Amino acid sequence: MIVAKRKPFDEIKDFLKDYKKVLTAGCGTCVAVCLAGGEKEVAVLNAELDMARRLDDNPIELGAITIERQCDREYLEALDSMVGDYDAVLSLACGAGIQFLAERYPEKPVFPGVDTTFIGVNQDVGWYEERCRSCSSCVLGLTAGICPVTMCAKGLYNGPCGGTNKGSCEISKDQPCAWYMIYERLSKQNRLDNILKITPVQDWQNQKPRTVIQPGYKTSENSAEK
Amino acid sequence: MRLDYPSNIKIIRVPCTGKVDVMHLLRAIQKGADGVYAVGCLEGACHYNEGNLRARERVNHVRRLLEEIGIEGDRVRMYNLSSGEGPTFAAYAREMAENIKALGPNPLKQH
Amino acid sequence: MKSESNLEKVLSAGHFAFTGELGPPRGANAEEVRKKAAFLKGNVDAVNITDNQTAVVRMSSWAASLILIQEGLEPNFQMVCRDRNRLAMQSDILGASTHGIKNMLCLSGDHQSFGDHPMAKSVFDIDSIQLIGMVKQMRDEGIFLSGNKLDEAPKMFIGAAANPFAEPYEWRVLRLAKKIAAGADFIQTQCIYNMDRFREFMKRAVDMGLTEKCYILAGVTPLKSVGMAKYMAGSVPGMDVPDELIERVKGAGKGKAAEEGIKIAVEQIQEFKEMEGVAGVHLMAIEWEHRVPEIAKMAGVLPRPVV
Repeated sequence: MIVAKRKPFDEIKDFLKDYKKVLTAGCGTCVAVCLAGGEKEVAVLNAELDMARRLDDNPIELGAITIERQCDREYLEALDSMVGDYDAVLSLACGAGIQFLAERYPEKPVFPGVDTTFIGVNQDVGWYEERCRSCSSCVLGLTAGICPVTMCAKGLYNGPCGGTNKGSCEISKDQPCAWYMIYERLSKQNRLDNILKITPVQDWQNQKPRTVIQPGYKTSENSAEK
Repeated sequence: MRLDYPSNIKIIRVPCTGKVDVMHLLRAIQKGADGVYAVGCLEGACHYNEGNLRARERVNHVRRLLEEIGIEGDRVRMYNLSSGEGPTFAAYAREMAENIKALGPNPLKQH
Repeated sequence: MKSESNLEKVLSAGHFAFTGELGPPRGANAEEVRKKAAFLKGNVDAVNITDNQTAVVRMSSWAASLILIQEGLEPNFQMVCRDRNRLAMQSDILGASTHGIKNMLCLSGDHQSFGDHPMAKSVFDIDSIQLIGMVKQMRDEGIFLSGNKLDEAPKMFIGAAANPFAEPYEWRVLRLAKKIAAGADFIQTQCIYNMDRFREFMKRAVDMGLTEKCYILAGVTPLKSVGMAKYMAGSVPGMDVPDELIERVKGAGKGKAAEEGIKIAVEQIQEFKEMEGVAGVHLMAIEWEHRVPEIAKMAGVLPRPVV
């Protein structure tokens, strides 16, 4: 899932200082699961904003809505009848959701309430770890299911650097060396040959905005956009 | 056992402090309470293993949120005691009341 | 000859090579480079010029390399993958070659979090093994990484680093083999303190025939003090400093640790001269360039061959 962190309160407060009526829009998918931008986080943030603005003698009227997914037109539609009543929208969705919302209401100032952080896994309640950089050319088949692009601090493709340190990365003893883990796992699977071969330079595909049209879903409209 | 504790404290019973949510604590302050505290079992003695530990974490979180806003975090506290400790309960209630008295009324009331 | 560099000539003539290292200054201070170079001149076959070592900004490695050429020394131009993408790398390789730089050491580079700009965006467009392959392709096939033909190939003697001490040990020689397969002509190892482990590493390299394909220069860094020995042991990733060695430096007594450190380095160099498969020594006297002449003299590697 996409993992996000709530933005510092002062930054959010500063975004909204000139607005009297703001709609806080949560997203019920990734950011809700990672406890950053779901219904509950919307309520907490609104309570904070309400109190802070009262203390400033600059009260704010806050609306709250959490939709299933802000990255999906089908759900965004629920906001159409509400947005007009507000001066601005504060979105707690990931960066994609925020942009899709802002694109739908181009006249309306839209602000981010979270910092979108990574694609990751749920280690425990409230504890997430990055696992994927969406590079568009997955090498997990070669590397025993451990991503060197994400898990190696230098994103190396051909084994560890000289800083690999008793199984840890040079940046921190708490950060495992991805290539150490890859070696150990491949070794157990008798697949070390995989990493003795030289992996050629990567054709980076994440250097410009990407579009995916799944096979069988091509239309005159989406192929024209390409 | 008749124990004295400050009469201005309103008790809300929950099955476990693990049930106490950030929003409950925050809303209490937002609605004008001068302080709010959670009283849980002794650490290590939670019937649900770690409900009271989670509560402490949430209390700490709310204290930070309030500080961000500009309200004293110490208006929110967590205390631990075992179920047989009536006098300790009363002592903590008095301590909290003293603490709040020192801090004064909820600043939101003046706005 | 691949490059006609002095280092390549010394090695291919069968001499025991001796290379030094120079860290460029943290300013536009050419005099500082000349001052350090003067200590190395005549005492080494080539001088590694570090490239923003430990991710701290310094005068660029090719620029300091040019000063060395002006001073009559041969630079070994270090290039890390952290700060340049494939375009910048290839253009710097061409530029360096044009100005007479004939050796290159291809490295990953320390992570930027260690340096003076810890929040910088790193590049790592390609890794050190891919860099080795790219330089080789430019030199031997006269083509860019893109496959397009280049006009006048850069003649570089290609170096790479090896760390014989990082776990898992059984992988170390395989990593070395991979760098050689990518196109490394010579290897300079991580600073060696654990001689037992290095002997094992070299034995395996010799057994695998790697020393037939590539020159291996053993890395030596003299310990200046007990503090430095402990720091190397505890805080430098990938470093293996045995306790006995720390004890030995400590045992030398007050004010004598540096002399003991030099004595240890000299003993190491003497052993490397005899060790099968070791083609030379790379002396990394960090901010200690002025001690290089005496170390070279004591180790019996002077005068340097003229080839």
